[in-house]
Amino acid sequence: MTNSSNYMGMLIDTTQCMGCRGCQVACKQWQELKAEKTTFFGGGGYQNPPDLSADTFTLITFTETEDENGLHWTFAKRSCMHCDEPACASVCPVGALTKEANGAVVYDADKCIGCRYCMLACPWSAPSYQWNSPVPFVRKCTLCNDRLQLGKAPACVSGCPTGALQFGRREDLLNEARARIAKHPDHYVDHIYGEKEAGGTGVIYLSAIPFSELGFPEVPHHKMSQDAEQVMKVIPWWVAGLGAVLTGTYALTERRKRIATETAAAESQAKQTGGEL
Amino acid sequence: MTAQATSIHKGWTFPLTLPRVVMLLLALAGIGVLGWRFAVGLGASTNLRDNFPWGLWIGFDMMTGVALAAGGFTMTFYIEVIGKERFHAFIRPAVLTAFIGYLLAIVGLLGDLGLPWRIYHPIYMWNLHSFMFEVAWCVILYTTVLFIEFLPIPLERFGLQKPLRLVRKIMPVFIVMGIILSTLHQSSLGSLFLMMGHRLHELWWSPIIPVHFLLTAICVGFAMVAFEAILGSWLLKHPLDSKLLGELMRPLPWLLLVTLAVRLGDLAVRGSLFAATEGSLQSWSFLVEMSLGLALPALLLFSRAWRESPGRLFSAVTLVVLGVILNRVNVSMIGMFTPNSTYIPAWSEWVVSVGLVTAGVLAVVFISENMPVHEEHEPQPAH
Repeated sequence: MTNSSNYMGMLIDTTQCMGCRGCQVACKQWQELKAEKTTFFGGGGYQNPPDLSADTFTLITFTETEDENGLHWTFAKRSCMHCDEPACASVCPVGALTKEANGAVVYDADKCIGCRYCMLACPWSAPSYQWNSPVPFVRKCTLCNDRLQLGKAPACVSGCPTGALQFGRREDLLNEARARIAKHPDHYVDHIYGEKEAGGTGVIYLSAIPFSELGFPEVPHHKMSQDAEQVMKVIPWWVAGLGAVLTGTYALTERRKRIATETAAAESQAKQTGGEL
Repeated sequence: MTAQATSIHKGWTFPLTLPRVVMLLLALAGIGVLGWRFAVGLGASTNLRDNFPWGLWIGFDMMTGVALAAGGFTMTFYIEVIGKERFHAFIRPAVLTAFIGYLLAIVGLLGDLGLPWRIYHPIYMWNLHSFMFEVAWCVILYTTVLFIEFLPIPLERFGLQKPLRLVRKIMPVFIVMGIILSTLHQSSLGSLFLMMGHRLHELWWSPIIPVHFLLTAICVGFAMVAFEAILGSWLLKHPLDSKLLGELMRPLPWLLLVTLAVRLGDLAVRGSLFAATEGSLQSWSFLVEMSLGLALPALLLFSRAWRESPGRLFSAVTLVVLGVILNRVNVSMIGMFTPNSTYIPAWSEWVVSVGLVTAGVLAVVFISENMPVHEEHEPQPAH
């Protein structure tokens, strides 16, 4: 059950982020995630760890760009986008991933069979896997669903010192984002990433540079399951139609075979009687 | 059919020739590595990782295994439903291969799933939006159907007449069900990739990818029957009526042509045909798939002389089989490469895959040699 105006989401204003990674630490603490052994420049410049993983649900990406005024850093917090109509939830064969009424896309570890389809279907590759465990589960940001149920904001938002992360009803956040762009059109690109991407996401972004330069993928502006649903609709008709055609053809074939055997039997009998006479 | 039941002696026979010993060792190695994989997890035993979660075990063992089992439904459709009675001898080998193929695909899947002991979950945890859910149900149901279609072989072997008569009576229902389930399963393996438009290369991603999967499955269904019949006649001295086999292959060049036309037409309509000339690994792999896997064998097989000579027919159907394997590998692996994530299977992934294939070959050979699979060609009743 989703209603894009009513559920909770997060506005990430990358122009207000200073890259302190307080959100990363808060996330690790609340989710009780292990530290990762990392190296400097292990990936993407100062970004550390290099990517989301089963032990890193949120990550500040470091992007350096250059314009006439010199070099600029842009920091962006990556995690699960908490889509309106999540691709992961649509593809999971056992319904282990669901969109909660409060906006969180959550994972039921008791249902998962470990097919990892969710990881491939997500255009942001948000779900990660516990590759090194003999009993592995899918891991990703939960929007701190447990904190939400206690009426608290997600840990990363609480840990953000600059207000770059804002938690609230998605509609309010969208209005806030639109207002910021309207107020400072020279400061922001005119694009709220996540407003329309994948049919709308709970996590939305503002940026001073185009999102493609931040390494954000270009995602279609419709729900990810659109093509699959078109094909899915055909299946009952296919089953009924093919079933009818096959049964009909089979019956005709059987009839033809029966007549052929009967004729052959009659002929041989006629021959036999003819021979006896 | 009663004649050949007596032609098989009552004991079990499996002459251990050198190639068979080698295959047995490969199969055992595969099983051993599969066991080790459960102890150490997928990370240590495969080259899979977060940005490449499906590899050889899904792309080859599962996707290709199921495609190569397509002889089961194509032959039951062509011979039983349409009523091409004279080809009857080709049904049992096709059903046997399909049954063994599905069992192996399931073993491969069990190795790949993170939590395989929960494989039964889709039976009572439903998500009707998921093509993986459809795939799971098709595997369960069609493997059951294949078991029933296979049953007459062991029942005849053990001379169990009563159950044999019962199975024969209910067989038409299962043949029809098997064909419907097969078309659903073959196509839905392609439909899985409908959700990967952001990832799969445009030469393979298509809103009608299930149609491409079904068409290639039908082609390889025919090709596998000839491939196995000829190989069996060479290596195992099975009887082979090459004229009859050539006749059975008559639809194949047309099927290949339709498959090629639908594929190229689809790409042309969506304006993706020029991606074939971009000179990337993907574009080359695509060109090989189209030319050597579809166009060339279609061309060869239009010639009747080519179809009726076992050696030449073998070369053409081998191209078809390799072409469909390449297609599944392209869709599930090569087409999924991105600049920062490519994948080459780990040694252990190869060992398991090779082990599963050899185990399958051994199972087919064993059953062929000990059960009534290959009928002597009965003389045609005059019309």
